[in-house]
Amino acid sequence: MRRLGLTILYICLGLVAVFQIFPIIWLFTFSLKTNQEIFAGNPFALPLDPKWENYLKVFEGGIGTYFWNSIWITVVATVLTVLIASMATFAITRMRWKLSGLVLGIIMMGLMIPIHSALIPLYNMFLNVNLIDNPLSIVITYVTYNLPITVMILYGFYTTIPREIEEAAIIDGSSIHRMFFSIILPISMPIMSTTVIINMIYNWNEFVFVNTFISSDKYKTLTVGIQNFIGQYMTDWGAIGATLVISVLPIIIAFLFFSNKIMEGITASAVKG
Amino acid sequence: MNIMNKVMSNKWIIFLYTLPAILLIAVLILIPLFLSGYFGLMKWDGIGAMEFIGLDNYIVALQDAKFWQSAKHSFLLAIFSGLSLIGYLAVALILASKLKGTNLLRKIYLIPMLLSSVAIAQLWIKVYNPSNGMLNSILMSLGVDNPPAWLADNDLVLFAIFVPIIWQYAGFYILIYYAALKNIPESLIEAAKIDGASPLQIAMKIKIPLVMNVFKVTIVLSFVGSLKYFDLIYVMTGGGPNGASEVMASYMYKLAFSSYDFGYGSAIGFLLLIITLIVTIVVRRATANNEEIQY
Repeated sequence: MRRLGLTILYICLGLVAVFQIFPIIWLFTFSLKTNQEIFAGNPFALPLDPKWENYLKVFEGGIGTYFWNSIWITVVATVLTVLIASMATFAITRMRWKLSGLVLGIIMMGLMIPIHSALIPLYNMFLNVNLIDNPLSIVITYVTYNLPITVMILYGFYTTIPREIEEAAIIDGSSIHRMFFSIILPISMPIMSTTVIINMIYNWNEFVFVNTFISSDKYKTLTVGIQNFIGQYMTDWGAIGATLVISVLPIIIAFLFFSNKIMEGITASAVKG
Repeated sequence: MNIMNKVMSNKWIIFLYTLPAILLIAVLILIPLFLSGYFGLMKWDGIGAMEFIGLDNYIVALQDAKFWQSAKHSFLLAIFSGLSLIGYLAVALILASKLKGTNLLRKIYLIPMLLSSVAIAQLWIKVYNPSNGMLNSILMSLGVDNPPAWLADNDLVLFAIFVPIIWQYAGFYILIYYAALKNIPESLIEAAKIDGASPLQIAMKIKIPLVMNVFKVTIVLSFVGSLKYFDLIYVMTGGGPNGASEVMASYMYKLAFSSYDFGYGSAIGFLLLIITLIVTIVVRRATANNEEIQY
Protein backbone atom coordinates (compact mmCIF):
# COMPACT_ATOMS: atom_id res chain seq x y z
CA MET A 1 0.00 0.00 0.00
CA ARG A 2 2.73 2.40 1.01
CA ARG A 3 4.79 1.36 -1.97
CA LEU A 4 1.86 1.99 -4.31
CA GLY A 5 1.42 5.47 -2.83
CA LEU A 6 5.08 6.23 -3.32
CA THR A 7 4.97 5.04 -6.90
CA ILE A 8 2.03 7.31 -7.66
CA LEU A 9 3.85 10.28 -6.11
CA TYR A 10 6.94 9.56 -8.17
CA ILE A 11 4.86 9.29 -11.32
CA CYS A 12 3.32 12.70 -10.61
CA LEU A 13 6.73 14.27 -10.05
CA GLY A 14 8.11 12.50 -13.10
CA LEU A 15 5.32 13.80 -15.34
CA VAL A 16 6.02 17.35 -14.22
CA ALA A 17 9.70 16.80 -14.94
CA VAL A 18 8.94 15.49 -18.44
CA PHE A 19 6.70 18.48 -19.12
CA GLN A 20 9.46 20.84 -17.96
CA ILE A 21 12.35 19.23 -19.77
CA PHE A 22 10.88 17.75 -22.91
CA PRO A 23 10.43 20.93 -24.97
CA ILE A 24 14.10 21.74 -24.35
CA ILE A 25 15.25 18.28 -25.43
CA TRP A 26 13.02 18.56 -28.48
CA LEU A 27 14.70 21.90 -29.26
CA PHE A 28 18.18 20.33 -29.05
CA THR A 29 17.17 17.47 -31.33
CA PHE A 30 15.51 19.55 -34.00
CA SER A 31 18.44 21.95 -34.07
CA LEU A 32 20.39 18.99 -35.48
CA LYS A 33 17.83 17.86 -38.03
CA THR A 34 16.90 18.75 -41.57
CA ASN A 35 13.44 19.99 -42.39
CA GLN A 36 12.53 16.63 -43.94
CA GLU A 37 13.47 14.83 -40.74
CA ILE A 38 11.53 17.29 -38.60
CA PHE A 39 8.41 17.35 -40.73
CA ALA A 40 8.20 13.66 -41.56
CA GLY A 41 9.56 12.05 -38.45
CA ASN A 42 8.14 11.81 -34.99
CA PRO A 43 9.16 14.50 -32.51
CA PHE A 44 10.70 11.98 -30.13
CA ALA A 45 13.27 10.67 -32.61
CA LEU A 46 16.94 11.48 -32.14
CA PRO A 47 18.68 12.98 -35.17
CA LEU A 48 20.11 10.06 -37.18
CA ASP A 49 22.84 12.04 -38.80
CA PRO A 50 23.31 15.22 -36.71
CA LYS A 51 23.39 18.32 -38.90
CA TRP A 52 26.08 20.42 -37.24
CA GLU A 53 25.94 22.55 -40.40
CA ASN A 54 22.91 24.24 -38.87
CA TYR A 55 25.17 25.74 -36.23
CA LEU A 56 27.82 26.65 -38.76
CA LYS A 57 25.20 28.42 -40.83
CA VAL A 58 24.05 30.47 -37.86
CA PHE A 59 27.59 31.50 -36.96
CA GLU A 60 28.29 32.47 -40.56
CA GLY A 61 25.08 34.48 -40.48
CA GLY A 62 26.73 36.67 -37.83
CA ILE A 63 25.27 35.60 -34.51
CA GLY A 64 28.74 36.16 -33.04
CA THR A 65 28.18 39.92 -32.80
CA TYR A 66 24.99 39.50 -30.79
CA PHE A 67 26.68 36.93 -28.63
CA TRP A 68 29.59 39.24 -27.87
CA ASN A 69 27.26 42.16 -27.14
CA SER A 70 25.27 40.02 -24.73
CA ILE A 71 28.47 39.01 -22.96
CA TRP A 72 30.02 42.40 -22.48
CA ILE A 73 26.79 44.20 -21.63
CA THR A 74 25.90 41.48 -19.12
CA VAL A 75 29.31 41.60 -17.48
CA VAL A 76 29.67 45.38 -17.30
CA ALA A 77 26.12 45.93 -16.04
CA THR A 78 26.45 43.17 -13.46
CA VAL A 79 29.72 44.47 -12.04
CA LEU A 80 28.36 48.01 -11.78
CA THR A 81 25.06 46.88 -10.25
CA VAL A 82 26.66 44.75 -7.58
CA LEU A 83 29.22 47.43 -6.69
CA ILE A 84 26.69 50.27 -6.49
CA ALA A 85 24.19 48.12 -4.63
CA SER A 86 26.86 46.97 -2.16
CA MET A 87 27.87 50.55 -1.43
CA ALA A 88 24.28 51.64 -0.92
CA THR A 89 23.46 48.61 1.23
CA PHE A 90 26.55 49.26 3.33
CA ALA A 91 25.57 52.88 3.94
CA ILE A 92 21.96 51.91 4.68
CA THR A 93 22.66 49.05 7.07
CA ARG A 94 25.96 49.95 8.70
CA MET A 95 26.17 53.74 8.81
CA ARG A 96 24.12 55.71 11.33
CA TRP A 97 21.74 58.25 9.88
CA LYS A 98 18.11 59.13 10.15
CA LEU A 99 17.00 58.78 6.54
CA SER A 100 18.35 55.27 5.93
CA GLY A 101 14.88 53.74 6.12
CA LEU A 102 13.48 56.22 3.65
CA VAL A 103 16.31 55.64 1.18
CA LEU A 104 15.82 51.88 1.46
CA GLY A 105 12.11 52.38 0.82
CA ILE A 106 12.77 54.46 -2.28
CA ILE A 107 15.11 51.82 -3.68
CA MET A 108 12.65 49.03 -2.91
CA MET A 109 9.84 50.87 -4.68
CA GLY A 110 11.63 49.97 -7.88
CA LEU A 111 10.60 46.35 -7.32
CA MET A 112 6.94 47.08 -7.84
CA ILE A 113 6.74 49.27 -10.87
CA PRO A 114 5.91 47.95 -14.33
CA ILE A 115 8.76 48.96 -16.64
CA HIS A 116 6.30 49.78 -19.39
CA SER A 117 5.08 52.74 -17.38
CA ALA A 118 8.54 54.27 -17.58
CA LEU A 119 9.41 53.20 -21.10
CA ILE A 120 8.26 56.20 -23.16
CA PRO A 121 9.84 58.82 -20.86
CA LEU A 122 13.05 56.77 -20.76
CA TYR A 123 13.09 56.58 -24.54
CA ASN A 124 12.53 60.31 -24.74
CA MET A 125 15.30 61.06 -22.23
CA PHE A 126 17.81 58.92 -24.08
CA LEU A 127 16.75 60.52 -27.34
CA ASN A 128 17.43 63.97 -25.88
CA VAL A 129 20.92 63.07 -24.72
CA ASN A 130 21.75 61.11 -27.89
CA LEU A 131 21.90 57.74 -26.21
CA ILE A 132 19.33 56.04 -28.41
CA ASP A 133 21.05 53.29 -30.37
CA ASN A 134 23.98 53.49 -27.99
CA PRO A 135 24.77 50.51 -25.75
CA LEU A 136 25.40 52.87 -22.84
CA SER A 137 21.63 53.39 -22.53
CA ILE A 138 21.20 49.65 -22.11
CA VAL A 139 23.95 49.33 -19.54
CA ILE A 140 22.69 52.12 -17.29
CA THR A 141 19.09 50.95 -17.51
CA TYR A 142 20.11 47.41 -16.60
CA VAL A 143 22.13 48.68 -13.66
CA THR A 144 19.27 50.85 -12.42
CA TYR A 145 16.47 48.36 -12.80
CA ASN A 146 18.45 45.56 -11.11
CA LEU A 147 19.52 47.69 -8.14
CA PRO A 148 16.36 47.07 -6.07
CA ILE A 149 16.51 43.28 -6.25
CA THR A 150 20.26 43.30 -5.64
CA VAL A 151 19.97 45.54 -2.59
CA MET A 152 17.17 43.34 -1.33
CA ILE A 153 19.29 40.19 -1.54
CA LEU A 154 22.35 41.89 0.00
CA TYR A 155 20.36 43.57 2.76
CA GLY A 156 19.73 40.46 4.85
CA PHE A 157 23.40 39.57 4.94
CA TYR A 158 24.63 43.09 5.70
CA THR A 159 22.41 43.37 8.76
CA THR A 160 24.08 40.28 10.23
CA ILE A 161 27.67 41.51 10.00
CA PRO A 162 28.94 41.82 13.60
CA ARG A 163 29.69 45.35 14.80
CA GLU A 164 32.96 44.11 16.30
CA ILE A 165 34.45 43.70 12.85
CA GLU A 166 33.92 47.38 12.09
CA GLU A 167 35.07 48.44 15.55
CA ALA A 168 38.28 46.48 15.21
CA ALA A 169 38.94 48.03 11.81
CA ILE A 170 38.33 51.56 13.04
CA ILE A 171 40.41 51.10 16.19
CA ASP A 172 43.21 49.91 13.92
CA GLY A 173 42.91 53.27 12.21
CA SER A 174 41.38 52.04 8.95
CA SER A 175 39.34 54.49 6.88
CA ILE A 176 35.75 53.64 5.98
CA HIS A 177 36.70 53.12 2.37
CA ARG A 178 39.38 50.67 3.33
CA MET A 179 37.06 48.92 5.71
CA PHE A 180 34.42 48.63 2.98
CA PHE A 181 36.71 47.44 0.22
CA SER A 182 39.10 45.23 2.17
CA ILE A 183 36.84 43.82 4.90
CA ILE A 184 33.12 44.17 4.15
CA LEU A 185 33.23 43.29 0.46
CA PRO A 186 35.41 40.19 0.98
CA ILE A 187 33.25 38.83 3.80
CA SER A 188 30.12 39.41 1.74
CA MET A 189 31.56 37.34 -1.09
CA PRO A 190 29.06 34.44 -0.83
CA ILE A 191 25.99 36.66 -1.01
CA MET A 192 27.65 38.86 -3.63
CA SER A 193 28.23 35.87 -5.86
CA THR A 194 24.54 35.06 -5.56
CA THR A 195 23.62 38.55 -6.73
CA VAL A 196 26.17 38.33 -9.54
CA ILE A 197 24.54 35.20 -10.88
CA ILE A 198 21.01 36.54 -10.57
CA ASN A 199 22.04 39.76 -12.32
CA MET A 200 23.76 37.86 -15.10
CA ILE A 201 20.66 35.80 -15.79
CA TYR A 202 18.43 38.90 -15.82
CA ASN A 203 20.76 40.85 -18.07
CA TRP A 204 21.39 37.99 -20.45
CA ASN A 205 17.65 37.48 -20.91
CA GLU A 206 16.50 41.10 -21.04
CA PHE A 207 14.46 42.01 -24.09
CA VAL A 208 12.29 45.15 -23.86
CA PHE A 209 15.00 47.73 -23.28
CA VAL A 210 17.23 46.45 -26.08
CA ASN A 211 14.29 46.12 -28.41
CA THR A 212 13.26 49.72 -27.69
CA PHE A 213 16.54 51.60 -27.39
CA ILE A 214 18.76 49.81 -29.92
CA SER A 215 18.17 49.77 -33.65
CA SER A 216 21.58 48.93 -35.18
CA ASP A 217 22.44 45.30 -35.59
CA LYS A 218 25.95 45.90 -34.34
CA TYR A 219 24.66 46.76 -30.83
CA LYS A 220 21.89 44.23 -30.50
CA THR A 221 22.09 41.48 -27.93
CA LEU A 222 21.05 37.88 -28.43
CA THR A 223 17.45 38.22 -27.27
CA VAL A 224 16.68 40.79 -29.95
CA GLY A 225 19.20 39.45 -32.44
CA ILE A 226 17.64 36.01 -32.55
CA GLN A 227 14.39 37.67 -33.56
CA ASN A 228 16.10 38.91 -36.75
CA PHE A 229 17.65 35.54 -37.37
CA ILE A 230 14.44 33.69 -36.99
CA GLY A 231 12.67 36.12 -39.29
CA GLN A 232 15.28 35.48 -41.91
CA TYR A 233 15.29 31.67 -41.55
CA MET A 234 11.50 31.61 -41.67
CA THR A 235 11.16 27.99 -42.79
CA ASP A 236 14.55 26.55 -41.89
CA TRP A 237 13.73 24.89 -38.59
CA GLY A 238 17.21 23.49 -38.08
CA ALA A 239 18.79 26.95 -38.24
CA ILE A 240 16.14 28.39 -35.93
CA GLY A 241 16.74 25.59 -33.46
CA ALA A 242 20.49 26.16 -33.60
CA THR A 243 19.96 29.89 -33.00
CA LEU A 244 17.84 29.21 -29.94
CA VAL A 245 20.24 26.63 -28.56
CA ILE A 246 23.15 29.06 -28.90
CA SER A 247 21.18 31.69 -27.02
CA VAL A 248 20.18 29.44 -24.12
CA LEU A 249 23.28 27.27 -23.83
CA PRO A 250 25.37 29.67 -21.70
CA ILE A 251 22.59 29.89 -19.13
CA ILE A 252 22.11 26.13 -19.03
CA ILE A 253 25.86 25.59 -18.64
CA ALA A 254 25.98 28.19 -15.87
CA PHE A 255 23.12 26.35 -14.19
CA LEU A 256 25.00 23.05 -14.31
CA PHE A 257 27.87 24.64 -12.40
CA PHE A 258 26.07 27.04 -10.09
CA SER A 259 22.65 25.51 -9.59
CA ASN A 260 22.77 25.82 -5.81
CA LYS A 261 23.77 29.48 -5.94
CA ILE A 262 21.08 30.16 -8.50
CA MET A 263 18.40 28.42 -6.48
CA GLU A 264 19.51 30.29 -3.37
CA GLY A 265 19.40 33.60 -5.20
CA ILE A 266 15.98 32.97 -6.67
CA THR A 267 14.57 31.97 -3.30
CA ALA A 268 16.11 34.99 -1.60
CA SER A 269 14.86 37.37 -4.26
CA ALA A 270 11.29 36.18 -3.94
CA VAL A 271 10.48 35.37 -0.36
CA LYS A 272 11.64 38.55 1.27
CA GLY A 273 9.43 40.59 -1.03
CA MET B 1 32.80 54.16 21.24
CA ASN B 2 32.54 57.83 20.49
CA ILE B 3 35.00 57.53 17.69
CA MET B 4 32.96 54.63 16.29
CA ASN B 5 29.80 56.70 16.31
CA LYS B 6 31.55 59.60 14.74
CA VAL B 7 33.10 57.56 11.96
CA MET B 8 29.95 55.63 11.20
CA SER B 9 27.78 58.70 10.94
CA ASN B 10 30.07 60.60 8.58
CA LYS B 11 27.60 62.46 6.36
CA TRP B 12 29.99 62.76 3.46
CA ILE B 13 30.60 59.02 3.29
CA ILE B 14 26.88 58.28 3.51
CA PHE B 15 26.24 60.71 0.70
CA LEU B 16 29.00 59.26 -1.45
CA TYR B 17 27.94 55.64 -0.97
CA THR B 18 24.24 56.13 -1.60
CA LEU B 19 24.47 58.77 -4.31
CA PRO B 20 24.96 56.49 -7.34
CA ALA B 21 22.02 54.28 -6.40
CA ILE B 22 19.71 57.16 -5.50
CA LEU B 23 20.63 59.15 -8.57
CA LEU B 24 20.06 56.26 -10.96
CA ILE B 25 16.77 55.26 -9.40
CA ALA B 26 15.50 58.83 -9.26
CA VAL B 27 16.46 59.68 -12.84
CA LEU B 28 15.68 56.41 -14.57
CA ILE B 29 12.74 55.07 -12.53
CA LEU B 30 10.96 57.69 -10.44
CA ILE B 31 11.09 60.71 -12.74
CA PRO B 32 10.01 58.67 -15.79
CA LEU B 33 6.97 57.43 -13.87
CA PHE B 34 5.86 61.00 -13.20
CA LEU B 35 6.71 62.03 -16.74
CA SER B 36 4.55 59.21 -18.03
CA GLY B 37 1.54 60.72 -16.28
CA TYR B 38 2.51 64.14 -17.62
CA PHE B 39 3.08 62.99 -21.22
CA GLY B 40 -0.32 61.37 -20.96
CA LEU B 41 -1.79 64.87 -20.95
CA MET B 42 -0.28 65.62 -24.34
CA LYS B 43 -1.03 65.00 -27.95
CA TRP B 44 2.40 63.97 -29.12
CA ASP B 45 4.00 61.80 -31.79
CA GLY B 46 7.32 61.48 -29.98
CA ILE B 47 9.22 63.73 -32.34
CA GLY B 48 7.28 66.95 -32.93
CA ALA B 49 6.00 69.47 -30.42
CA MET B 50 3.68 68.44 -27.63
CA GLU B 51 0.22 69.85 -27.46
CA PHE B 52 -1.51 69.99 -24.09
CA ILE B 53 -4.94 68.34 -24.29
CA GLY B 54 -5.76 67.88 -20.63
CA LEU B 55 -7.33 64.60 -19.62
CA ASP B 56 -8.47 63.72 -23.15
CA ASN B 57 -6.14 60.72 -23.49
CA TYR B 58 -7.30 59.31 -20.18
CA ILE B 59 -10.95 59.83 -21.10
CA VAL B 60 -10.38 58.17 -24.47
CA ALA B 61 -8.64 55.27 -22.71
CA LEU B 62 -11.61 54.68 -20.45
CA GLN B 63 -13.85 54.39 -23.52
CA ASP B 64 -11.34 52.44 -25.58
CA ALA B 65 -12.69 48.93 -26.13
CA LYS B 66 -9.22 47.69 -27.10
CA PHE B 67 -7.78 48.92 -23.83
CA TRP B 68 -10.49 47.22 -21.80
CA GLN B 69 -10.03 44.05 -23.80
CA SER B 70 -6.30 44.07 -23.10
CA ALA B 71 -6.98 44.78 -19.41
CA LYS B 72 -9.41 41.87 -19.33
CA HIS B 73 -6.78 39.55 -20.79
CA SER B 74 -4.20 40.76 -18.28
CA PHE B 75 -6.57 40.07 -15.41
CA LEU B 76 -7.51 36.66 -16.82
CA LEU B 77 -3.83 35.75 -16.91
CA ALA B 78 -3.45 37.04 -13.37
CA ILE B 79 -6.33 34.89 -12.15
CA PHE B 80 -5.04 31.81 -14.00
CA SER B 81 -1.61 32.42 -12.52
CA GLY B 82 -3.05 32.78 -9.04
CA LEU B 83 -4.97 29.52 -9.38
CA SER B 84 -1.99 27.64 -10.75
CA LEU B 85 -0.14 28.39 -7.50
CA ILE B 86 -2.26 25.73 -5.82
CA GLY B 87 -0.88 23.14 -8.23
CA TYR B 88 2.69 24.28 -7.59
CA LEU B 89 2.12 24.02 -3.84
CA ALA B 90 0.81 20.48 -4.29
CA VAL B 91 3.91 19.49 -6.23
CA ALA B 92 6.13 21.12 -3.61
CA LEU B 93 4.34 19.22 -0.84
CA ILE B 94 5.09 15.92 -2.59
CA LEU B 95 8.64 17.01 -3.31
CA ALA B 96 9.33 17.99 0.29
CA SER B 97 7.98 14.79 1.79
CA LYS B 98 11.35 13.06 2.17
CA LEU B 99 11.42 11.39 -1.21
CA LYS B 100 14.72 10.55 -2.85
CA GLY B 101 16.02 12.40 -5.90
CA THR B 102 14.11 15.58 -5.16
CA ASN B 103 17.19 17.75 -5.50
CA LEU B 104 17.59 16.75 -9.13
CA LEU B 105 13.87 17.16 -9.77
CA ARG B 106 13.83 20.69 -8.36
CA LYS B 107 16.68 21.57 -10.70
CA ILE B 108 14.92 20.12 -13.72
CA TYR B 109 11.75 22.02 -12.83
CA LEU B 110 13.67 25.26 -12.63
CA ILE B 111 15.46 25.15 -15.99
CA PRO B 112 12.73 26.86 -18.07
CA MET B 113 12.71 29.79 -15.64
CA LEU B 114 16.31 30.56 -16.57
CA LEU B 115 15.71 30.88 -20.30
CA SER B 116 14.87 34.22 -21.88
CA SER B 117 11.22 34.85 -22.58
CA VAL B 118 12.17 35.40 -26.20
CA ALA B 119 13.72 31.95 -26.50
CA ILE B 120 10.76 30.43 -24.67
CA ALA B 121 8.35 32.22 -26.99
CA GLN B 122 10.21 31.10 -30.10
CA LEU B 123 10.41 27.54 -28.84
CA TRP B 124 6.68 27.41 -28.09
CA ILE B 125 5.83 28.95 -31.45
CA LYS B 126 7.45 25.80 -32.82
CA VAL B 127 5.69 23.56 -30.32
CA TYR B 128 2.36 25.05 -31.45
CA ASN B 129 3.15 25.07 -35.17
CA PRO B 130 -0.08 23.82 -36.77
CA SER B 131 1.39 21.29 -39.19
CA ASN B 132 4.84 20.38 -37.87
CA GLY B 133 4.89 21.41 -34.23
CA MET B 134 5.53 19.01 -31.39
CA LEU B 135 2.02 19.27 -29.99
CA ASN B 136 0.12 18.66 -33.19
CA SER B 137 2.53 15.91 -34.27
CA ILE B 138 1.66 14.10 -31.06
CA LEU B 139 -2.05 14.82 -31.44
CA MET B 140 -2.08 13.59 -35.03
CA SER B 141 -0.23 10.41 -34.13
CA LEU B 142 -2.91 9.86 -31.49
CA GLY B 143 -5.50 10.04 -34.25
CA VAL B 144 -6.72 13.62 -33.95
CA ASP B 145 -7.54 14.61 -37.52
CA ASN B 146 -7.76 18.36 -37.40
CA PRO B 147 -5.75 19.64 -34.47
CA PRO B 148 -6.28 23.36 -33.86
CA ALA B 149 -3.95 26.10 -35.11
CA TRP B 150 -3.37 27.14 -31.51
CA LEU B 151 -1.87 30.59 -31.82
CA ALA B 152 -4.06 31.60 -34.75
CA ASP B 153 -7.28 30.63 -33.01
CA ASN B 154 -9.12 33.53 -31.35
CA ASP B 155 -10.63 31.33 -28.67
CA LEU B 156 -7.59 29.25 -27.86
CA VAL B 157 -4.75 31.72 -28.11
CA LEU B 158 -4.89 33.04 -24.56
CA PHE B 159 -4.99 29.54 -23.17
CA ALA B 160 -2.17 28.51 -25.50
CA ILE B 161 -0.05 31.37 -24.20
CA PHE B 162 -0.79 30.49 -20.63
CA VAL B 163 0.81 27.05 -20.96
CA PRO B 164 4.36 28.34 -21.59
CA ILE B 165 3.82 30.85 -18.78
CA ILE B 166 3.13 27.94 -16.43
CA TRP B 167 6.08 26.14 -17.95
CA GLN B 168 8.32 29.13 -17.28
CA TYR B 169 7.28 29.87 -13.69
CA ALA B 170 6.36 26.46 -12.24
CA GLY B 171 9.91 25.70 -11.10
CA PHE B 172 10.24 29.11 -9.49
CA TYR B 173 7.17 28.76 -7.26
CA ILE B 174 7.85 25.10 -6.51
CA LEU B 175 11.34 26.10 -5.37
CA ILE B 176 9.98 28.81 -3.09
CA TYR B 177 7.36 26.54 -1.53
CA TYR B 178 9.89 23.77 -1.16
CA ALA B 179 12.25 26.08 0.75
CA ALA B 180 9.40 27.21 3.00
CA LEU B 181 8.29 23.62 3.64
CA LYS B 182 11.82 22.57 4.50
CA ASN B 183 11.89 25.34 7.09
CA ILE B 184 9.18 23.65 9.13
CA PRO B 185 10.89 22.01 12.12
CA GLU B 186 11.00 18.25 11.78
CA SER B 187 9.93 17.90 15.43
CA LEU B 188 6.48 19.34 14.68
CA ILE B 189 5.84 16.76 12.01
CA GLU B 190 7.26 13.94 14.11
CA ALA B 191 4.97 14.93 16.97
CA ALA B 192 1.95 14.84 14.68
CA LYS B 193 2.97 11.43 13.38
CA ILE B 194 3.25 10.09 16.90
CA ASP B 195 -0.25 11.40 17.55
CA GLY B 196 -1.37 9.29 14.61
CA ALA B 197 -1.95 11.98 11.98
CA SER B 198 -2.06 10.79 8.37
CA PRO B 199 0.21 12.36 5.73
CA LEU B 200 -2.81 14.18 4.30
CA GLN B 201 -3.75 15.54 7.72
CA ILE B 202 -0.17 16.65 8.31
CA ALA B 203 -0.19 18.45 4.98
CA MET B 204 -3.55 20.14 5.50
CA LYS B 205 -3.36 20.93 9.20
CA ILE B 206 0.34 21.62 9.73
CA LYS B 207 2.35 22.17 6.58
CA ILE B 208 -0.04 24.33 4.56
CA PRO B 209 -0.94 26.65 7.45
CA LEU B 210 2.74 27.08 8.24
CA VAL B 211 3.67 28.09 4.67
CA MET B 212 0.61 30.31 4.29
CA ASN B 213 2.66 33.46 4.76
CA VAL B 214 4.95 32.54 1.91
CA PHE B 215 1.94 31.51 -0.16
CA LYS B 216 0.40 34.95 0.32
CA VAL B 217 3.60 36.64 -0.79
CA THR B 218 3.57 34.54 -3.95
CA ILE B 219 -0.05 35.45 -4.64
CA VAL B 220 1.00 39.10 -4.75
CA LEU B 221 4.06 38.24 -6.84
CA SER B 222 2.15 36.22 -9.40
CA PHE B 223 -0.83 38.54 -9.60
CA VAL B 224 1.18 41.70 -10.02
CA GLY B 225 3.71 39.95 -12.24
CA SER B 226 0.92 38.82 -14.56
CA LEU B 227 -0.35 42.35 -15.04
CA LYS B 228 3.08 43.24 -16.44
CA TYR B 229 3.45 40.26 -18.80
CA PHE B 230 4.93 41.37 -22.06
CA ASP B 231 7.96 39.66 -23.62
CA LEU B 232 6.49 36.24 -24.14
CA ILE B 233 3.19 37.47 -25.54
CA TYR B 234 4.76 40.16 -27.70
CA VAL B 235 7.07 37.63 -29.34
CA MET B 236 4.61 34.75 -29.59
CA THR B 237 1.58 36.49 -31.02
CA GLY B 238 2.18 40.24 -30.98
CA GLY B 239 -1.21 40.44 -29.26
CA GLY B 240 -3.00 38.78 -32.17
CA PRO B 241 -4.97 37.39 -33.81
CA ASN B 242 -7.22 40.45 -33.83
CA GLY B 243 -6.18 41.48 -30.36
CA ALA B 244 -7.28 38.14 -28.90
CA SER B 245 -4.10 37.93 -26.84
CA GLU B 246 -3.41 41.64 -26.36
CA VAL B 247 -2.45 42.58 -22.80
CA MET B 248 -2.03 46.03 -21.27
CA ALA B 249 1.75 46.19 -21.72
CA SER B 250 1.67 44.98 -25.32
CA TYR B 251 -1.11 47.44 -26.16
CA MET B 252 0.87 50.31 -24.68
CA TYR B 253 4.01 49.21 -26.54
CA LYS B 254 2.22 49.10 -29.87
CA LEU B 255 0.66 52.51 -29.39
CA ALA B 256 4.04 54.05 -28.66
CA PHE B 257 6.49 52.21 -30.85
CA SER B 258 4.37 51.07 -33.77
CA SER B 259 1.76 53.85 -34.08
CA TYR B 260 3.99 56.58 -32.60
CA ASP B 261 1.15 57.78 -30.45
CA PHE B 262 3.41 58.72 -27.55
CA GLY B 263 0.83 60.82 -25.74
CA TYR B 264 -1.84 58.14 -25.66
CA GLY B 265 0.77 55.42 -25.08
CA SER B 266 2.04 57.33 -22.04
CA ALA B 267 -1.49 57.62 -20.71
CA ILE B 268 -1.97 53.84 -21.04
CA GLY B 269 1.45 53.29 -19.43
CA PHE B 270 0.44 55.51 -16.54
CA LEU B 271 -2.88 53.69 -16.15
CA LEU B 272 -0.92 50.43 -16.09
CA LEU B 273 1.11 51.84 -13.19
CA ILE B 274 -2.00 52.97 -11.31
CA ILE B 275 -3.77 49.65 -11.87
CA THR B 276 -0.68 47.72 -10.74
CA LEU B 277 -0.35 49.80 -7.58
CA ILE B 278 -4.04 49.49 -6.72
CA VAL B 279 -4.00 45.74 -7.31
CA THR B 280 -0.83 45.37 -5.23
CA ILE B 281 -2.47 47.18 -2.33
CA VAL B 282 -5.76 45.31 -2.66
CA VAL B 283 -4.14 41.88 -2.91
CA ARG B 284 -1.79 42.68 -0.03
CA ARG B 285 -4.74 43.77 2.11
CA ALA B 286 -6.80 40.75 1.15
CA THR B 287 -3.98 38.37 2.07
CA ALA B 288 -2.61 40.32 5.01
CA ASN B 289 -2.35 38.66 8.37
CA ASN B 290 -0.97 39.73 11.67
CA GLU B 291 0.21 36.42 12.96
CA GLU B 292 3.92 36.04 13.10
CA ILE B 293 4.90 32.38 13.04
CA GLN B 294 7.43 31.44 15.68
CA TYR B 295 8.85 28.00 16.10
